[in-house]
Amino acid sequence: MSNLIKFKIDGVECMTERGKFIVEAALENGIFIPTLCNMPGVKPKGSCRICTVKINGRLMTSCTTPVADGMEVESNSTEINELRKSIVELLFVSGNHFCPACEKSGNCELQALGYLYQMMVPRYPYEFPLREVDADSPYIIKDQNRCILCKRCIKTIKDEQGRSLFAFRDRGHRLEVVLDKELAAEMTPELAELAMKNCPVGSILVKEKGFVEPIGKRKFDKTAIGSDVKL
Amino acid sequence: MSKPVIATTSLAGCFGCHMSILDIDERILQLIELVEFNKSPVDDIKTFTKPVDIGIIEGGCCNSENVEVLKSFRKNCKILISLGECAIMGGLPALRNGIPIEECLHEAYIGGPTVGLNKMGIMPNDDELPMLLDKVYPCHEIVKIDYFLPGCPPRADLIWDALVALITGDPMKLPYEVVKFD
Repeated sequence: MSNLIKFKIDGVECMTERGKFIVEAALENGIFIPTLCNMPGVKPKGSCRICTVKINGRLMTSCTTPVADGMEVESNSTEINELRKSIVELLFVSGNHFCPACEKSGNCELQALGYLYQMMVPRYPYEFPLREVDADSPYIIKDQNRCILCKRCIKTIKDEQGRSLFAFRDRGHRLEVVLDKELAAEMTPELAELAMKNCPVGSILVKEKGFVEPIGKRKFDKTAIGSDVKL
Repeated sequence: MSKPVIATTSLAGCFGCHMSILDIDERILQLIELVEFNKSPVDDIKTFTKPVDIGIIEGGCCNSENVEVLKSFRKNCKILISLGECAIMGGLPALRNGIPIEECLHEAYIGGPTVGLNKMGIMPNDDELPMLLDKVYPCHEIVKIDYFLPGCPPRADLIWDALVALITGDPMKLPYEVVKFD
């Protein structure tokens, strides 16, 4: 029993095993903390900052911070939500996110966070960067306009030998996630589907498939992201 | 008290947002009771004839005429609303942002696969035509915009709720289903 520790999120008493990260411990206790770069079963990276919480007056990413005994976490407060909203806005202006023309619209986690935080317009100027669309691979399209560099695909989409189909290229503001052409030519349809599913935005698309679900029946049309997590 | 006056326009848009205004269905009869329309495609009044309370802008700015109309709306309207994704972020016309104007025009009039009839390879270039801007600008990057209603098109309920809230002064409810980006 000594392995169990108590902590609080927004004043709610929670309990978890020692060593768990705040995001997963919160989920166990029925509390939703938004994530973009993080996903279950993947080593956290803390790069998108959307899961930022306040602990002891300091801002921390909850996907990379392990729970400590007696820890008090502030998550669903006006200050933190305002910060998360501005992160969503920055992601929207730094890429080319044309929701009306995107195949992932309605199932996109970035868009769903825009809905959650009621982003009516980003408060930052649009960058409109010039980015490429790579449609060379036989099964998937990699649209750099929509990529938020979360690294989920690099970490989860691998061939039988454990080689990643995606990789980072270049550095700084030129950084992009690219598809290995040779490995992509041999990927299975199942792996292509998984790549599209794991991408939080519409940057990875399965070819010859789009707008499968009608408007009104998509994941985030009627229910907000995280609303399936119940206290 | 006289009725609040509304003006609307479509800049670099597709008139879909105006269709969505009409999509308030029978509430349009209530709207006519509540407000008066001035310059708008709805009543076909071409120029401002009096000061306007609420200006509704559809579409972003892709050419010099759009900028001029938008500035005249700012000058004549107390409140300006960006209606829809194109007004808010340029929308589909902004897909050309980042591509040089010359390349765009070449694709549209000379090199593109659907320009068969333009045998002479003429590119429109007349002083009478509005000048294309280097890119499509969101309206709030040209003038101050007071409110934003996202959607492609914005849901009719969102437009209705926003107008009622502005006219009555009550806060907007903003249910989850009405704020959408597509």
